[in-house]
Amino acid sequence: MDKHEVQIRVSNLNFFYGKTCALKNINMDIYKKKITAIIGPSGCGKSTLIRLFNRMNDLVLNSRVEGHIYIDGEDILSAKTDVVELRRKVGMVFQKPNPFPKSIYRNISYGLEVNNVKNKKYIEEKVIDSLKNSALWEEVKDRLNESALMLSGGQQQRLCIARCLAVEPEVILFDEPCASLDPISTRKIEELITELKKQYTIVIVTHNMQQAARVSDYTAFLYLGELVEYGTTEKLFTVPENPKTEEYLSGKFG
Amino acid sequence: MQKIKENIYRYIFAVLAFASIIFLVGITITLFKEGMPLFKEIPFKNFIFGRDWYPTYDPPDYGALPLISASVFVTLGALFVCIPLGIGSALYINEIAGYKQKSILKPLIEILAGIPSVVYGFFGMVIVAPFVQKIFNLPTGLTAFTGSLILGIMATPTVTSLTEDALSFVPNSFREASMAVGANRWQTLVKVVIPAAGSGISTAVILGISRAIGETMTVLMVTGGSAVIPKSFFQPVRPMTATIAAEMGETVVGSLHYHSLFAIGLILFVITLFFNIIAEFIISRYRLKLGAGR
Repeated sequence: MDKHEVQIRVSNLNFFYGKTCALKNINMDIYKKKITAIIGPSGCGKSTLIRLFNRMNDLVLNSRVEGHIYIDGEDILSAKTDVVELRRKVGMVFQKPNPFPKSIYRNISYGLEVNNVKNKKYIEEKVIDSLKNSALWEEVKDRLNESALMLSGGQQQRLCIARCLAVEPEVILFDEPCASLDPISTRKIEELITELKKQYTIVIVTHNMQQAARVSDYTAFLYLGELVEYGTTEKLFTVPENPKTEEYLSGKFG
Repeated sequence: MQKIKENIYRYIFAVLAFASIIFLVGITITLFKEGMPLFKEIPFKNFIFGRDWYPTYDPPDYGALPLISASVFVTLGALFVCIPLGIGSALYINEIAGYKQKSILKPLIEILAGIPSVVYGFFGMVIVAPFVQKIFNLPTGLTAFTGSLILGIMATPTVTSLTEDALSFVPNSFREASMAVGANRWQTLVKVVIPAAGSGISTAVILGISRAIGETMTVLMVTGGSAVIPKSFFQPVRPMTATIAAEMGETVVGSLHYHSLFAIGLILFVITLFFNIIAEFIISRYRLKLGAGR
Protein backbone atom coordinates (compact mmCIF):
# COMPACT_ATOMS: atom_id res chain seq x y z
CA MET A 1 0.00 0.00 0.00
CA ASP A 2 2.94 2.38 -0.08
CA LYS A 3 3.15 2.71 -3.81
CA HIS A 4 1.37 6.10 -3.46
CA GLU A 5 2.85 9.39 -2.47
CA VAL A 6 2.46 10.26 1.20
CA GLN A 7 0.78 13.59 2.01
CA ILE A 8 0.36 13.33 5.76
CA ARG A 9 2.57 11.23 8.02
CA VAL A 10 1.49 10.78 11.62
CA SER A 11 4.29 9.62 13.87
CA ASN A 12 4.08 8.52 17.53
CA LEU A 13 1.20 10.89 18.17
CA ASN A 14 -0.29 11.27 21.64
CA PHE A 15 -2.94 13.78 22.62
CA PHE A 16 -4.22 14.70 26.05
CA TYR A 17 -7.23 16.61 27.25
CA GLY A 18 -6.09 17.59 30.71
CA LYS A 19 -4.86 14.25 32.06
CA THR A 20 -6.97 11.96 29.90
CA CYS A 21 -5.16 10.55 26.92
CA ALA A 22 -7.42 10.92 23.89
CA LEU A 23 -5.01 9.55 21.27
CA LYS A 24 -2.41 6.87 21.98
CA ASN A 25 0.67 6.43 19.89
CA ILE A 26 -0.88 6.88 16.46
CA ASN A 27 1.23 6.08 13.40
CA MET A 28 -0.24 6.31 9.93
CA ASP A 29 0.44 7.57 6.41
CA ILE A 30 -2.26 9.35 4.45
CA TYR A 31 -1.86 9.29 0.69
CA LYS A 32 -2.09 12.06 -1.86
CA LYS A 33 -5.32 12.34 -3.86
CA LYS A 34 -6.93 9.44 -2.06
CA ILE A 35 -9.86 9.37 0.28
CA THR A 36 -9.02 8.12 3.74
CA ALA A 37 -11.88 7.39 6.08
CA ILE A 38 -11.51 7.30 9.83
CA ILE A 39 -14.19 5.23 11.53
CA GLY A 40 -14.91 4.22 15.08
CA PRO A 41 -17.50 4.58 17.83
CA SER A 42 -18.29 7.97 19.36
CA GLY A 43 -15.55 9.33 21.57
CA CYS A 44 -12.81 7.18 20.02
CA GLY A 45 -10.77 10.23 19.06
CA LYS A 46 -11.47 10.44 15.32
CA SER A 47 -12.45 14.10 15.35
CA THR A 48 -9.60 14.92 17.71
CA LEU A 49 -7.20 13.32 15.25
CA ILE A 50 -8.27 15.23 12.15
CA ARG A 51 -8.58 18.49 14.04
CA LEU A 52 -4.86 18.16 14.70
CA PHE A 53 -4.14 18.15 10.96
CA ASN A 54 -5.10 21.83 10.70
CA ARG A 55 -4.29 22.69 14.31
CA MET A 56 -7.95 23.37 15.10
CA ASN A 57 -7.31 21.94 18.56
CA ASP A 58 -5.18 24.97 19.33
CA LEU A 59 -8.49 26.51 20.37
CA VAL A 60 -9.04 23.84 23.02
CA LEU A 61 -7.85 24.95 26.42
CA ASN A 62 -5.82 22.65 28.59
CA SER A 63 -4.79 20.21 25.87
CA ARG A 64 -1.37 18.81 25.10
CA VAL A 65 0.11 17.01 22.14
CA GLU A 66 3.19 14.82 21.73
CA GLY A 67 4.72 13.36 18.60
CA HIS A 68 4.80 14.59 15.03
CA ILE A 69 2.53 15.17 12.08
CA TYR A 70 4.37 15.78 8.82
CA ILE A 71 2.50 17.34 5.93
CA ASP A 72 4.64 17.26 2.79
CA GLY A 73 7.57 16.55 5.04
CA GLU A 74 7.08 19.52 7.35
CA ASP A 75 6.29 19.03 11.01
CA ILE A 76 3.11 21.05 11.48
CA LEU A 77 3.05 20.58 15.24
CA SER A 78 6.26 22.53 15.68
CA ALA A 79 5.99 25.96 17.23
CA LYS A 80 7.44 27.50 14.06
CA THR A 81 4.49 26.48 11.90
CA ASP A 82 2.52 29.33 10.38
CA VAL A 83 -0.96 28.21 11.40
CA VAL A 84 -2.71 30.56 9.00
CA GLU A 85 -0.66 29.16 6.12
CA LEU A 86 -1.37 25.62 7.27
CA ARG A 87 -5.13 26.15 7.46
CA ARG A 88 -5.18 27.52 3.96
CA LYS A 89 -3.43 24.40 2.76
CA VAL A 90 -5.54 22.05 4.87
CA GLY A 91 -9.22 23.00 4.58
CA MET A 92 -11.99 21.71 6.77
CA VAL A 93 -15.70 21.02 6.49
CA PHE A 94 -17.53 20.65 9.78
CA GLN A 95 -20.16 18.36 11.18
CA LYS A 96 -22.91 20.95 11.17
CA PRO A 97 -23.15 23.26 8.16
CA ASN A 98 -21.81 26.57 9.44
CA PRO A 99 -22.16 29.26 6.78
CA PHE A 100 -21.63 32.81 7.99
CA PRO A 101 -24.73 35.00 8.27
CA LYS A 102 -23.61 36.76 5.09
CA SER A 103 -24.57 36.46 1.44
CA ILE A 104 -23.75 33.33 -0.54
CA TYR A 105 -21.13 35.28 -2.46
CA ARG A 106 -19.48 36.74 0.64
CA ASN A 107 -19.35 33.36 2.32
CA ILE A 108 -17.00 32.14 -0.39
CA SER A 109 -15.08 35.35 -1.00
CA TYR A 110 -14.37 35.56 2.74
CA GLY A 111 -11.46 33.13 2.67
CA LEU A 112 -9.81 35.10 -0.13
CA GLU A 113 -10.38 38.44 1.58
CA VAL A 114 -8.80 37.37 4.84
CA ASN A 115 -5.84 36.08 2.86
CA ASN A 116 -5.37 39.52 1.32
CA VAL A 117 -6.55 38.78 -2.19
CA LYS A 118 -7.58 42.18 -3.55
CA ASN A 119 -8.25 41.50 -7.23
CA LYS A 120 -12.06 41.71 -7.59
CA LYS A 121 -12.10 39.91 -10.89
CA TYR A 122 -10.07 37.02 -9.57
CA ILE A 123 -12.31 36.76 -6.51
CA GLU A 124 -15.40 36.64 -8.66
CA GLU A 125 -13.98 33.91 -10.88
CA LYS A 126 -12.91 31.96 -7.83
CA VAL A 127 -16.39 32.20 -6.28
CA ILE A 128 -18.01 30.90 -9.46
CA ASP A 129 -15.41 28.16 -9.84
CA SER A 130 -15.83 27.01 -6.28
CA LEU A 131 -19.60 26.93 -6.58
CA LYS A 132 -19.33 24.89 -9.76
CA ASN A 133 -16.87 22.48 -8.18
CA SER A 134 -19.11 22.01 -5.20
CA ALA A 135 -22.10 21.28 -7.49
CA LEU A 136 -24.06 24.22 -6.11
CA TRP A 137 -23.76 26.70 -8.98
CA GLU A 138 -26.92 25.70 -10.82
CA GLU A 139 -29.02 26.08 -7.69
CA VAL A 140 -27.75 29.46 -6.57
CA LYS A 141 -26.42 31.30 -9.63
CA ASP A 142 -29.34 33.74 -9.66
CA ARG A 143 -29.20 34.61 -5.99
CA LEU A 144 -25.60 35.03 -4.98
CA ASN A 145 -26.47 38.08 -2.91
CA GLU A 146 -29.09 36.35 -0.82
CA SER A 147 -28.29 35.28 2.71
CA ALA A 148 -26.64 31.89 2.95
CA LEU A 149 -29.01 31.07 5.78
CA MET A 150 -31.86 30.82 3.27
CA LEU A 151 -30.33 27.65 1.81
CA SER A 152 -31.33 24.13 2.87
CA GLY A 153 -29.04 22.13 5.14
CA GLY A 154 -27.56 20.13 2.26
CA GLN A 155 -27.02 23.26 0.18
CA GLN A 156 -25.41 24.98 3.16
CA GLN A 157 -22.99 22.09 3.54
CA ARG A 158 -22.04 22.29 -0.14
CA LEU A 159 -21.58 26.03 0.32
CA CYS A 160 -19.19 25.26 3.16
CA ILE A 161 -17.31 22.95 0.81
CA ALA A 162 -17.19 25.74 -1.79
CA ARG A 163 -15.89 28.14 0.86
CA CYS A 164 -13.15 25.66 1.62
CA LEU A 165 -12.27 25.11 -2.08
CA ALA A 166 -11.96 28.83 -2.77
CA VAL A 167 -8.67 29.15 -0.87
CA GLU A 168 -7.18 26.30 -2.95
CA PRO A 169 -6.28 23.79 -0.27
CA GLU A 170 -4.36 20.60 -0.99
CA VAL A 171 -6.03 18.58 1.72
CA ILE A 172 -9.67 18.70 2.77
CA LEU A 173 -10.75 17.37 6.13
CA PHE A 174 -14.38 16.34 6.51
CA ASP A 175 -15.57 16.00 10.09
CA GLU A 176 -18.75 13.90 9.79
CA PRO A 177 -20.04 16.13 7.00
CA CYS A 178 -23.35 14.32 6.66
CA ALA A 179 -24.20 13.87 10.32
CA SER A 180 -27.03 16.40 10.19
CA LEU A 181 -28.23 15.82 6.63
CA ASP A 182 -31.03 13.78 5.07
CA PRO A 183 -30.23 10.76 2.82
CA ILE A 184 -30.59 12.65 -0.47
CA SER A 185 -28.31 15.48 0.61
CA THR A 186 -25.92 12.89 2.00
CA ARG A 187 -25.73 11.18 -1.36
CA LYS A 188 -24.99 14.44 -3.11
CA ILE A 189 -22.18 15.21 -0.70
CA GLU A 190 -20.74 11.70 -1.13
CA GLU A 191 -20.77 12.05 -4.91
CA LEU A 192 -19.08 15.40 -4.53
CA ILE A 193 -16.38 13.98 -2.28
CA THR A 194 -15.65 11.22 -4.78
CA GLU A 195 -15.39 13.85 -7.49
CA LEU A 196 -13.05 16.03 -5.41
CA LYS A 197 -10.60 13.16 -5.01
CA LYS A 198 -9.18 13.94 -8.45
CA GLN A 199 -7.66 17.14 -7.15
CA TYR A 200 -7.46 16.89 -3.39
CA THR A 201 -6.29 14.62 -0.64
CA ILE A 202 -9.33 13.87 1.47
CA VAL A 203 -9.67 12.68 5.04
CA ILE A 204 -13.19 11.97 6.20
CA VAL A 205 -14.32 11.14 9.70
CA THR A 206 -17.56 9.24 9.85
CA HIS A 207 -19.41 6.99 12.25
CA ASN A 208 -21.32 5.64 9.30
CA MET A 209 -19.50 2.49 8.17
CA GLN A 210 -21.44 2.23 4.92
CA GLN A 211 -20.37 5.73 4.05
CA ALA A 212 -16.74 4.84 4.62
CA ALA A 213 -17.13 1.73 2.47
CA ARG A 214 -18.84 3.70 -0.31
CA VAL A 215 -16.46 6.61 -0.68
CA SER A 216 -13.02 5.79 0.68
CA ASP A 217 -9.87 4.18 -0.66
CA TYR A 218 -8.31 3.64 2.75
CA THR A 219 -9.94 3.17 6.10
CA ALA A 220 -8.58 3.54 9.59
CA PHE A 221 -10.42 2.05 12.55
CA LEU A 222 -9.91 3.95 15.77
CA TYR A 223 -11.03 2.60 19.12
CA LEU A 224 -10.51 4.23 22.53
CA GLY A 225 -7.82 6.48 21.13
CA GLU A 226 -5.84 3.68 19.51
CA LEU A 227 -5.42 2.96 15.85
CA VAL A 228 -6.62 -0.63 15.75
CA GLU A 229 -6.33 -1.24 12.04
CA TYR A 230 -5.47 0.72 8.94
CA GLY A 231 -5.47 -0.47 5.34
CA THR A 232 -7.27 -0.35 2.04
CA THR A 233 -11.00 -0.04 2.47
CA GLU A 234 -11.55 -3.20 0.49
CA LYS A 235 -9.33 -5.27 2.74
CA LEU A 236 -10.50 -3.75 6.00
CA PHE A 237 -14.12 -4.36 5.21
CA THR A 238 -13.72 -7.86 3.77
CA VAL A 239 -10.84 -9.52 5.59
CA PRO A 240 -10.03 -7.42 8.68
CA GLU A 241 -6.89 -8.56 10.48
CA ASN A 242 -7.84 -7.52 13.97
CA PRO A 243 -10.75 -9.35 15.65
CA LYS A 244 -11.81 -6.03 17.23
CA THR A 245 -12.32 -4.52 13.78
CA GLU A 246 -14.45 -7.43 12.74
CA GLU A 247 -16.58 -7.12 15.85
CA TYR A 248 -17.13 -3.41 15.21
CA LEU A 249 -17.95 -3.91 11.54
CA SER A 250 -20.45 -6.60 12.34
CA GLY A 251 -22.15 -4.32 14.83
CA LYS A 252 -21.21 -6.11 18.06
CA PHE A 253 -20.40 -2.75 19.69
CA GLY A 254 -20.24 0.90 18.77
CA MET B 1 -59.40 21.31 47.13
CA GLN B 2 -56.13 20.94 45.28
CA LYS B 3 -57.64 22.79 42.39
CA ILE B 4 -58.72 25.77 44.46
CA LYS B 5 -55.26 25.98 45.96
CA GLU B 6 -53.69 25.96 42.56
CA ASN B 7 -56.04 28.67 41.37
CA ILE B 8 -55.20 30.84 44.34
CA TYR B 9 -51.51 30.62 43.54
CA ARG B 10 -52.29 31.43 39.98
CA TYR B 11 -54.19 34.57 40.85
CA ILE B 12 -51.58 35.74 43.32
CA PHE B 13 -48.87 35.57 40.70
CA ALA B 14 -51.11 37.06 38.03
CA VAL B 15 -51.77 40.07 40.26
CA LEU B 16 -48.04 40.47 40.91
CA ALA B 17 -47.28 40.26 37.20
CA PHE B 18 -49.92 42.80 36.26
CA ALA B 19 -48.97 45.17 39.08
CA SER B 20 -46.08 46.55 37.07
CA ILE B 21 -48.44 47.38 34.24
CA ILE B 22 -50.68 49.23 36.68
CA PHE B 23 -47.70 51.26 37.87
CA LEU B 24 -46.62 52.01 34.33
CA VAL B 25 -50.08 53.17 33.35
CA GLY B 26 -50.41 55.19 36.56
CA ILE B 27 -47.12 56.98 36.02
CA THR B 28 -47.90 57.71 32.40
CA ILE B 29 -51.30 59.15 33.26
CA THR B 30 -49.85 61.33 36.03
CA LEU B 31 -47.11 62.64 33.74
CA PHE B 32 -49.64 63.63 31.09
CA LYS B 33 -52.17 65.00 33.57
CA GLU B 34 -49.64 67.20 35.32
CA GLY B 35 -47.50 68.06 32.30
CA MET B 36 -50.12 68.95 29.71
CA PRO B 37 -51.61 72.02 31.51
CA LEU B 38 -48.35 73.87 30.77
CA PHE B 39 -49.08 73.79 27.07
CA LYS B 40 -52.32 75.68 27.59
CA GLU B 41 -50.24 78.66 28.70
CA ILE B 42 -47.10 78.10 26.67
CA PRO B 43 -47.19 76.59 23.18
CA PHE B 44 -45.34 73.30 22.87
CA LYS B 45 -42.93 74.75 20.32
CA ASN B 46 -41.98 77.66 22.57
CA PHE B 47 -41.36 75.25 25.40
CA ILE B 48 -39.10 72.92 23.42
CA PHE B 49 -37.20 75.61 21.51
CA GLY B 50 -37.27 78.40 24.08
CA ARG B 51 -33.73 79.50 24.86
CA ASP B 52 -34.31 80.84 28.37
CA TRP B 53 -35.13 78.91 31.50
CA TYR B 54 -36.00 81.39 34.26
CA PRO B 55 -38.96 79.79 36.01
CA THR B 56 -38.75 82.00 39.11
CA TYR B 57 -38.37 85.38 37.40
CA ASP B 58 -41.19 87.79 36.89
CA PRO B 59 -42.40 87.22 34.26
CA PRO B 60 -41.01 83.68 34.17
CA ASP B 61 -39.44 82.03 31.11
CA TYR B 62 -40.07 78.39 30.38
CA GLY B 63 -37.74 77.57 27.51
CA ALA B 64 -36.45 74.02 27.90
CA LEU B 65 -33.83 74.10 25.15
CA PRO B 66 -30.90 74.70 27.56
CA LEU B 67 -31.98 71.68 29.60
CA ILE B 68 -32.61 69.44 26.62
CA SER B 69 -29.34 70.39 24.95
CA ALA B 70 -27.50 69.84 28.23
CA SER B 71 -28.91 66.33 28.42
CA VAL B 72 -27.96 65.67 24.82
CA PHE B 73 -24.44 67.02 25.42
CA VAL B 74 -23.83 65.02 28.54
CA THR B 75 -25.28 61.83 27.07
CA LEU B 76 -23.30 62.12 23.86
CA GLY B 77 -20.16 62.68 25.88
CA ALA B 78 -20.99 59.64 28.00
CA LEU B 79 -21.22 57.58 24.82
CA PHE B 80 -17.62 58.39 24.01
CA VAL B 81 -16.70 56.82 27.32
CA CYS B 82 -19.06 53.88 27.61
CA ILE B 83 -18.86 52.60 24.02
CA PRO B 84 -15.10 51.99 23.91
CA LEU B 85 -14.96 50.92 27.55
CA GLY B 86 -18.04 48.73 27.46
CA ILE B 87 -17.56 47.08 24.09
CA GLY B 88 -13.82 46.82 24.55
CA SER B 89 -14.08 45.05 27.86
CA ALA B 90 -16.82 42.75 26.57
CA LEU B 91 -14.65 41.77 23.61
CA TYR B 92 -11.74 41.13 25.89
CA ILE B 93 -13.76 39.10 28.36
CA ASN B 94 -15.54 37.01 25.78
CA GLU B 95 -12.97 36.57 23.05
CA ILE B 96 -9.51 36.99 24.46
CA ALA B 97 -9.38 36.47 28.22
CA GLY B 98 -8.76 33.02 29.58
CA TYR B 99 -11.18 31.32 31.89
CA LYS B 100 -9.49 32.65 35.02
CA GLN B 101 -9.46 36.33 34.00
CA LYS B 102 -13.03 36.02 32.82
CA SER B 103 -14.21 34.70 36.15
CA ILE B 104 -12.62 37.68 37.92
CA LEU B 105 -13.46 40.46 35.45
CA LYS B 106 -17.10 39.67 34.85
CA PRO B 107 -18.36 39.90 38.44
CA LEU B 108 -16.18 42.94 39.08
CA ILE B 109 -17.78 44.86 36.23
CA GLU B 110 -21.18 43.86 37.52
CA ILE B 111 -20.31 45.27 40.94
CA LEU B 112 -19.72 48.59 39.19
CA ALA B 113 -23.41 48.52 38.27
CA GLY B 114 -24.38 48.07 41.88
CA ILE B 115 -22.73 51.20 43.26
CA PRO B 116 -25.38 53.80 44.21
CA SER B 117 -25.42 56.79 41.90
CA VAL B 118 -24.96 59.22 44.77
CA VAL B 119 -21.59 57.59 45.41
CA TYR B 120 -20.62 58.19 41.81
CA GLY B 121 -21.74 61.78 42.19
CA PHE B 122 -19.71 62.16 45.34
CA PHE B 123 -16.67 60.65 43.67
CA GLY B 124 -17.17 62.99 40.71
CA MET B 125 -17.46 66.07 42.91
CA VAL B 126 -14.57 65.38 45.22
CA ILE B 127 -12.05 63.66 42.96
CA VAL B 128 -12.84 64.10 39.28
CA ALA B 129 -14.04 67.71 39.26
CA PRO B 130 -10.96 69.28 40.89
CA PHE B 131 -8.83 67.16 38.61
CA VAL B 132 -10.70 68.38 35.50
CA GLN B 133 -10.47 71.96 36.74
CA LYS B 134 -6.73 71.71 37.18
CA ILE B 135 -5.93 69.93 33.92
CA PHE B 136 -8.00 72.17 31.66
CA ASN B 137 -7.47 75.29 33.75
CA LEU B 138 -11.18 76.06 34.19
CA PRO B 139 -13.03 78.33 36.61
CA THR B 140 -14.95 75.28 37.86
CA GLY B 141 -14.56 71.51 37.51
CA LEU B 142 -18.30 70.92 37.56
CA THR B 143 -18.87 70.76 33.79
CA ALA B 144 -20.63 68.78 31.10
CA PHE B 145 -17.33 66.98 30.53
CA THR B 146 -17.15 65.81 34.14
CA GLY B 147 -20.75 64.64 33.95
CA SER B 148 -20.07 62.76 30.73
CA LEU B 149 -17.08 61.03 32.24
CA ILE B 150 -18.93 59.81 35.30
CA LEU B 151 -22.10 58.91 33.41
CA GLY B 152 -20.03 57.02 30.88
CA ILE B 153 -18.46 54.94 33.62
CA MET B 154 -21.88 54.32 35.11
CA ALA B 155 -23.33 53.13 31.82
CA THR B 156 -20.35 50.88 31.09
CA PRO B 157 -21.56 47.81 33.02
CA THR B 158 -24.85 47.87 31.09
CA VAL B 159 -23.05 48.06 27.77
CA THR B 160 -20.50 45.44 28.79
CA SER B 161 -22.88 42.80 30.01
CA LEU B 162 -25.32 43.20 27.11
CA THR B 163 -22.49 43.17 24.56
CA GLU B 164 -21.04 40.14 26.25
CA ASP B 165 -24.39 38.35 25.97
CA ALA B 166 -24.54 39.21 22.28
CA LEU B 167 -21.03 37.87 21.70
CA SER B 168 -21.62 34.63 23.54
CA PHE B 169 -24.75 34.21 21.42
CA VAL B 170 -22.55 33.94 18.31
CA PRO B 171 -22.10 30.21 17.74
CA ASN B 172 -18.57 28.90 18.05
CA SER B 173 -18.93 27.20 14.70
CA PHE B 174 -18.66 30.65 13.05
CA ARG B 175 -15.31 31.20 14.71
CA GLU B 176 -14.09 27.76 13.67
CA ALA B 177 -15.25 28.23 10.11
CA SER B 178 -13.37 31.49 9.89
CA MET B 179 -10.16 30.08 11.36
CA ALA B 180 -10.39 27.07 9.06
CA VAL B 181 -10.03 29.18 5.92
CA GLY B 182 -6.93 30.84 7.32
CA ALA B 183 -8.32 33.91 9.08
CA ASN B 184 -6.44 35.00 12.16
CA ARG B 185 -8.09 35.84 15.45
CA TRP B 186 -8.38 39.53 14.74
CA GLN B 187 -9.95 39.03 11.31
CA THR B 188 -12.37 36.52 12.79
CA LEU B 189 -13.36 39.00 15.44
CA VAL B 190 -13.81 41.98 13.13
CA LYS B 191 -15.27 40.27 10.08
CA VAL B 192 -17.37 37.49 11.56
CA VAL B 193 -18.04 37.76 15.28
CA ILE B 194 -18.76 41.47 15.57
CA PRO B 195 -21.05 41.63 12.50
CA ALA B 196 -22.92 38.56 13.73
CA ALA B 197 -23.36 40.17 17.13
CA GLY B 198 -23.91 43.62 15.57
CA SER B 199 -27.55 44.11 16.39
CA GLY B 200 -27.00 42.83 19.91
CA ILE B 201 -24.18 45.30 20.35
CA SER B 202 -26.27 48.21 19.07
CA THR B 203 -29.01 47.22 21.50
CA ALA B 204 -26.45 47.34 24.28
CA VAL B 205 -25.42 50.84 23.25
CA ILE B 206 -29.01 52.07 23.01
CA LEU B 207 -29.87 50.75 26.45
CA GLY B 208 -26.66 52.35 27.71
CA ILE B 209 -27.87 55.67 26.30
CA SER B 210 -31.23 55.41 27.93
CA ARG B 211 -29.52 54.57 31.22
CA ALA B 212 -27.33 57.66 30.88
CA ILE B 213 -30.06 60.07 29.85
CA GLY B 214 -32.29 59.15 32.77
CA GLU B 215 -29.57 59.32 35.42
CA THR B 216 -30.27 62.08 37.90
CA MET B 217 -28.31 62.16 41.12
CA THR B 218 -24.89 62.08 39.51
CA VAL B 219 -25.56 64.82 36.97
CA LEU B 220 -27.17 66.94 39.64
CA MET B 221 -23.98 66.73 41.66
CA VAL B 222 -21.30 67.08 38.99
CA THR B 223 -22.58 69.12 36.05
CA GLY B 224 -22.64 72.50 37.78
CA GLY B 225 -26.31 73.32 37.27
CA SER B 226 -26.29 76.42 35.10
CA ALA B 227 -29.25 76.53 32.73
CA VAL B 228 -27.66 77.96 29.60
CA ILE B 229 -27.28 76.39 26.20
CA PRO B 230 -23.82 74.79 26.29
CA LYS B 231 -21.24 75.99 23.77
CA SER B 232 -18.51 73.63 24.88
CA PHE B 233 -18.03 70.54 27.00
CA PHE B 234 -16.12 72.54 29.55
CA GLN B 235 -18.88 74.67 30.98
CA PRO B 236 -21.48 73.98 33.65
CA VAL B 237 -24.81 72.70 32.36
CA ARG B 238 -28.15 71.64 33.77
CA PRO B 239 -29.63 68.49 32.22
CA MET B 240 -33.36 67.76 32.38
CA THR B 241 -33.19 65.25 35.19
CA ALA B 242 -31.10 67.52 37.39
CA THR B 243 -33.55 70.36 36.82
CA ILE B 244 -36.50 68.32 38.00
CA ALA B 245 -34.66 67.08 41.06
CA ALA B 246 -33.34 70.49 42.00
CA GLU B 247 -36.50 72.52 41.47
CA MET B 248 -39.37 70.22 42.35
CA GLY B 249 -38.97 70.88 46.07
CA GLU B 250 -39.35 74.62 45.65
CA THR B 251 -42.40 74.81 43.44
CA VAL B 252 -45.95 75.43 44.49
CA VAL B 253 -48.13 72.44 43.60
CA GLY B 254 -50.33 73.35 40.65
CA SER B 255 -48.26 76.33 39.59
CA LEU B 256 -46.96 76.77 36.08
CA HIS B 257 -43.43 75.96 37.22
CA TYR B 258 -44.75 72.71 38.72
CA HIS B 259 -46.44 71.78 35.47
CA SER B 260 -43.35 72.69 33.48
CA LEU B 261 -41.25 70.23 35.50
CA PHE B 262 -43.77 67.50 34.73
CA ALA B 263 -43.57 68.48 31.08
CA ILE B 264 -39.81 67.94 31.21
CA GLY B 265 -40.46 64.56 32.82
CA LEU B 266 -42.81 63.79 29.97
CA ILE B 267 -40.13 64.58 27.40
CA LEU B 268 -37.64 62.36 29.22
CA PHE B 269 -40.19 59.60 29.38
CA VAL B 270 -40.87 59.81 25.66
CA ILE B 271 -37.12 59.79 24.85
CA THR B 272 -36.32 56.73 26.95
CA LEU B 273 -39.45 54.97 25.74
CA PHE B 274 -38.33 55.63 22.18
CA PHE B 275 -34.88 54.16 22.81
CA ASN B 276 -36.30 51.13 24.57
CA ILE B 277 -38.71 50.45 21.73
CA ILE B 278 -35.88 50.63 19.20
CA ALA B 279 -33.84 48.23 21.34
CA GLU B 280 -36.77 45.80 21.60
CA PHE B 281 -37.28 45.99 17.86
CA ILE B 282 -33.64 45.21 17.12
CA ILE B 283 -33.61 42.35 19.61
CA SER B 284 -36.63 40.69 18.02
CA ARG B 285 -35.19 40.98 14.52
CA TYR B 286 -31.81 39.78 15.67
CA ARG B 287 -33.17 36.60 17.24
CA LEU B 288 -34.96 35.73 14.01
CA LYS B 289 -31.85 36.30 11.94
CA LEU B 290 -29.47 34.13 13.92
CA GLY B 291 -32.24 31.68 14.73
CA ALA B 292 -32.06 30.17 11.26
CA GLY B 293 -28.29 29.86 11.46
CA ARG B 294 -28.11 27.94 14.67
